[in-house]
Amino acid sequence: MNLFKQVRKEPLWQDEFSIHASDERYVSRRQFTKFLVLTSFGMFVGNVWILMRSLLSRTSVLPEQKICSSSQVPVGGVWLFRYPTEKDPCILIRPDDQTYVAYSQKCTHLSCAVYYAREKNRLECPCHEGYFSVRNGDVLQGPPPRPLPRVMLERRGDNLFAVGMAVGKET
Amino acid sequence: MFGYEFYVDPSRCIGCQSCLNACAECETHRGTPMIHVDFLDRHNSIATVPFVCMHCDDPTCAKVCPADAIKKTEDGVVQSSLKPRCIACSNCVLACPFGIPKMMTELEQMMKCDMCYDRTSEGKRPMCATVCPSQALAYVPRGQIEQTRREKPTNVFFFGKQRVTTKVFMMVPPQTTDVSIDVVDYMWETNHESV
Repeated sequence: MNLFKQVRKEPLWQDEFSIHASDERYVSRRQFTKFLVLTSFGMFVGNVWILMRSLLSRTSVLPEQKICSSSQVPVGGVWLFRYPTEKDPCILIRPDDQTYVAYSQKCTHLSCAVYYAREKNRLECPCHEGYFSVRNGDVLQGPPPRPLPRVMLERRGDNLFAVGMAVGKET
Repeated sequence: MFGYEFYVDPSRCIGCQSCLNACAECETHRGTPMIHVDFLDRHNSIATVPFVCMHCDDPTCAKVCPADAIKKTEDGVVQSSLKPRCIACSNCVLACPFGIPKMMTELEQMMKCDMCYDRTSEGKRPMCATVCPSQALAYVPRGQIEQTRREKPTNVFFFGKQRVTTKVFMMVPPQTTDVSIDVVDYMWETNHESV
């Protein structure tokens, strides 16, 4: 392969589609610089896009939604519902008389459905034995990387309303 | 093999077709010879001429290829078409002034003599040159051909206005310096104007 390619007086297309096998793999300094500049520009645009998306998505407001009346859930019982959309299963737990907590039912590891283990007072994922605290959704053991997203609850009279989600930080 | 060149001497060809059969034994294109052994004027003469690819310095076949499939390597050998690229359009077959490329319709690919690239790149002689009994096809150093032959090697051809220089040499009478062929003179229409 020539170390320095001779400057040819042929049209550009003949230079691009050379009949010489060695020119197939030859990358000129200008081509390489173009590649670097274009890729860096692409990276920059991608980063700006990600930044804009994360900035804009913070303003999203979740709808309020009635879950059930507080008397429908017995102490130590659960109530399954969907929030904020039909594709997001959640679980409402009443560990004692005055406490109501609700979490997303999707395990943060591989999205298996978690259930409430009453005798241990924790949320358990049966797939890989990931356990979550009922108090705040933190990971107690197992592979899940994040706490369970918590559903913010509000009590209005006898009814329980979901008013938002709180996403835990990655540990 | 530094200094070795390919020499074609049509006057020595005896038409034995050894080169055809030796070429056809190659593993890369078994059963299909890449050499042409043509009768010059079969009606009047038994003279034959062997034709390997002349490996032009500026190969017409590669220049007309619309798929960028024919490549010339650093050592001046024009290779067969690249299988992934060849679109079997036969442009090269029509364009080559020597009529060398062969369209393998069953493979949908053009194949041609590549001077036994697997052999010559390792320092061996091409298959045809090793078997030719009269050395009409010879792969020898320049000095040897000048000592042993009366004819003179040339690699300059004129096809009408197109000047073609090649890697392979053709042995011509000593007083000539190039091979000039006015293509139109050989066309059937010119000789049969009354038709």
